[in-house]
Amino acid sequence: MIQLENVTKVYRMGKVEVQALHGIDLTIDDGELVAIMGPSGSGKTTLMNILGCLDVPTSGRYLLDGTDASRLSDNRLAKIRSRKIGFVFQSFNLVARTSAVRNVELPLVYAGIRGRRNPARQALAQVGLGDREKHMPNELSGGQQQRVAIARALINDPTLLLADEPTGNLDTAASAEILRLLGALNDLGRTVVIITHEEEVAAFAKRVVRMRDGRIESDRVQRSRTEATA
Amino acid sequence: MNLREAVRIALRGLRANRLRSVLTMLGIIIGVASVILLVAIGNGVQSSVNEKIQPLANLITIVPSVGNVPGGAPPKDLIDADVAALQDPAMSRDIAAVIPAVSGKALTETDSYRFRTTVIGSTDRWLDLNNGDMSAGSFFDDAQVRSTARVVVLGPSVASYLFGKDPAAALSHTVRINRQTFRVIGVMQSVGEPGDSIAVMPLNTARRYIFGGGDKVNQIIAQATQASAVPAAENDVIRVLSDRHRIKDTANRDFEVQSLRSRLDTFNQILRVLTLFTAAVAAISLFVGAIGVLNIMLVSVTERTREIGIRKAIGATRRAILEQFLIESLVLAGLGGIIGIGLGVGLSVLGSVLAPTLGPTFATFAPAVTIPSVVLSFAISLVIGLVAGGYPANRAARLRPIEALRYQ
Repeated sequence: MIQLENVTKVYRMGKVEVQALHGIDLTIDDGELVAIMGPSGSGKTTLMNILGCLDVPTSGRYLLDGTDASRLSDNRLAKIRSRKIGFVFQSFNLVARTSAVRNVELPLVYAGIRGRRNPARQALAQVGLGDREKHMPNELSGGQQQRVAIARALINDPTLLLADEPTGNLDTAASAEILRLLGALNDLGRTVVIITHEEEVAAFAKRVVRMRDGRIESDRVQRSRTEATA
Repeated sequence: MNLREAVRIALRGLRANRLRSVLTMLGIIIGVASVILLVAIGNGVQSSVNEKIQPLANLITIVPSVGNVPGGAPPKDLIDADVAALQDPAMSRDIAAVIPAVSGKALTETDSYRFRTTVIGSTDRWLDLNNGDMSAGSFFDDAQVRSTARVVVLGPSVASYLFGKDPAAALSHTVRINRQTFRVIGVMQSVGEPGDSIAVMPLNTARRYIFGGGDKVNQIIAQATQASAVPAAENDVIRVLSDRHRIKDTANRDFEVQSLRSRLDTFNQILRVLTLFTAAVAAISLFVGAIGVLNIMLVSVTERTREIGIRKAIGATRRAILEQFLIESLVLAGLGGIIGIGLGVGLSVLGSVLAPTLGPTFATFAPAVTIPSVVLSFAISLVIGLVAGGYPANRAARLRPIEALRYQ
């Protein structure tokens, strides 16, 4: 379970202070499929950084699975990312010149887990890329790369799968495929949070949180959501 | 993250920029190779010179010196009785043999040619003690010394000037020295000038026919039992002669004791300093190599900022990133060190193969690679890797993931 309690974030840009988040309260239960929407500058990226333990709030509390992640050292944050968070980025962010299966293994490397090859293969098979293990990122299409990234995000069995504009760099067909994959993972009980500014993506989520100017503008459950279609 | 994985990641990083990695290593390679090669050459020179001198290193030469102390006793000559005293085995455990020698300049003539030579009169052991060899005929023997035979052994320069290139051509001919006739019974092998322009004959033959009678000797050659016994033998010589010449104060000594051994020690000392100095100059290129590694590691960290961000996002700790880049620079410098060692050893071996073809002077010259120079230069390469990689790696480790991920 994820709980944000009155979270604020203030950035210093030189002498100017920018308040990116004004007191966010948000609870996401296990197994939810949430889209966080908002125009650029709305604070959704800042929120994602905090949810993903890439950054800590200026004030307020962030509880991830009961662990307070709001005042941790760099090292502890890295450990939490390693165990509880799976990232999917807009630009895929695979490590270059490193085969698909090795990319998928990486989180296990940093978690210090041995016997990585088999889980990595299974994860690749799960996203439908069992036959692309040895391919380098530049030998894969955008959709395929994003699926490798999803496999990588899943490998350490995270509490939260965090996708930042996962379809932003993909064509319609590939986007639909990625969304369907995320939906399928959610159906298996995985908590998925998608950050997006595309209405089509948001329409596919079970719950939509809209942000504006560092505040939550609306938070509603969608009864009639569109299932992603190929 | 275990070490094997870290090394694998580092190697992959280096392979990705093969040319750049090789060029960076080149600085280390050249530095290590030149340190090893120069130390090897220095050692080669030292052992080659020592090898040539070693047979003579246990010789002690005693010559008269002019006593120059005002009011002191008049200096005494070295005489046969001094030689006899030194030959007494009871006087020293460290002296194996003692021979006297008289010498002077004289013309050696045939009917057609004359050659200015150093004439030496000594015993039959002279050739042996001076580590000489015959190229034709034989040296005079003990019987000829006793019978004051009118025989002479010529140095190769004298023989070839007077009788032609073939040393055997001089045998059985006669030469005139100081208007006296001597039969040539042997020609010695070359030892280099001025040792080749000599004529050697029995001690009393030289006294009777050339230098005049008396029991004076110009030189006493003593042979220590071994090179390491030279200092002890020198002390014995000084003790015996000072006693015989009644000298109490070293300043009044009327003889000089010299040995190649002590000169050799001095030579070796100078050479060691020179070798270390040249190696230190070569080590400057290692320093330049270190700057190359530092530079390339900084570039690598900047270039891979985004990769660092990704790795951090998926759970890499600071330490993991630090290790990755440290190991990368250690592998870079260490590999350079290993290749440099190979190159340095290879060039040394090549040098020892090629040196003899450069002429007789280099016949015994062989660069000798020493284990300490190899170990030390490899250790220095690793230290370079550690130091030059430390700063960039630390910078990488401290990158904040959000900013690193945003880096284009």
